[in-house]
Amino acid sequence: MIPASFTYQRALSVDEALDLAAKAGEDAKFLAGGHSLLPLMKLRLAVPETLVDIGRLRELSYIRDEGDDIAVGALTTHDELSRAEMLTRELPLLAFAAGQIGDPQVRHCGTIGGSLSHGDPAADLPAVALALAARLVVRGPAGTRQIAAADFFSGLFETALEPGELVTEIRFAKPGRPAWAFQKFTKRAIDWAIVGVAVQGGRVALVNMGSAPLRAAAVEAALASGATPAEAASHAAEGTSAPADLNASRAYREHLARVLVGRALSDAASRP
Amino acid sequence: MKVSITVNGSPVAAEVPDRTLLVHFLREQAGQTAANVGCDTSSCGACTVLLDGRSVKACTLLAAQADGREVVTLEGLAPPGNGAMHPVQAAFQAEHGLQCGFCTPGMVLAAVSLLAENPAPTEAEVRTALEGNICRCTGYHNIVRAILTAAGEGRSA
Repeated sequence: MIPASFTYQRALSVDEALDLAAKAGEDAKFLAGGHSLLPLMKLRLAVPETLVDIGRLRELSYIRDEGDDIAVGALTTHDELSRAEMLTRELPLLAFAAGQIGDPQVRHCGTIGGSLSHGDPAADLPAVALALAARLVVRGPAGTRQIAAADFFSGLFETALEPGELVTEIRFAKPGRPAWAFQKFTKRAIDWAIVGVAVQGGRVALVNMGSAPLRAAAVEAALASGATPAEAASHAAEGTSAPADLNASRAYREHLARVLVGRALSDAASRP
Repeated sequence: MKVSITVNGSPVAAEVPDRTLLVHFLREQAGQTAANVGCDTSSCGACTVLLDGRSVKACTLLAAQADGREVVTLEGLAPPGNGAMHPVQAAFQAEHGLQCGFCTPGMVLAAVSLLAENPAPTEAEVRTALEGNICRCTGYHNIVRAILTAAGEGRSA
């Protein structure tokens, strides 16, 4: 399988990337690691006319301690996230979850900014970004803005990004409460999660339980009112709209969500 | 577009359509056919090659993304000329780490990438590192044994 024809352009700076995307118009896509976009293009589910390759922008590959925040450049790969000692210490949820994505070859290529921008509800990092209340720094024709993760994911493969806007950095406040956990269920190690859960403190976010990654609000409310992890987990499917597909029915996903949230809350409680 | 990639130490330049995948460039322009197109969906790992030293799936990269960079396929692992094998290849032979052989180039390069990152993996770490490589003959035991053998010989060398 090969993608439909497109024009390939390579940017050597963020400014050039924005410029190329602006000139190419609405049918342009940014290409980072390509491990979300290229599979869709090979299936002809995505047919951009122009790809602006930002994969060489080393200026967007970094992990910085900025006091109360950790700043992660959008082109940092999953492999780099999983191996960064600073993240293991300060944001263990992010480091651990990144190390569970796909397989080593995928982690060598895939990037955090690409995964978030793609807006796939079955991807792991969007839920992690929700659980960590991340803020996405976005540059575009109208300048720079920050978008809270809670406002970023709007639907299936849909985000708050406007045409021509590029995620350049993801900012995470250092968690006040260390309790964290990440659980996912897959048929094969490399598959997308059938269901996944990310927990940080009192925030609980779900993978693949709706058309967009979402917080498990009923679980969070139960925890806030003093419920045990098991009681809280029984609310895991409330407010969700899980898809049914070849891997799982909606009822099975709801069951998995309750089980995995229970395990995750129990894990998190063991890391007080 | 014009793509120039150093493949197994030699520069290969060709004018190819922008949408050319790396694995097709390697097989058709560079004439290096060890990387197989298996699933073509980045699941099976038969197309695994080293890009700047790290394992990647050549079916899910554009040739343009590797422009100006270094790729090693199975053909480029061993020192040229004298018939010697790379230690991981030798270990696959010694431990009979292959059956039909279709997954083998990808398995070997995934192993080389693993051992570069973790020279002394446990058996569990080897199995986890192979999660992106599927052997449809299900010959995993000998593949894992071969990689552990190669790691052991690397340590004692």
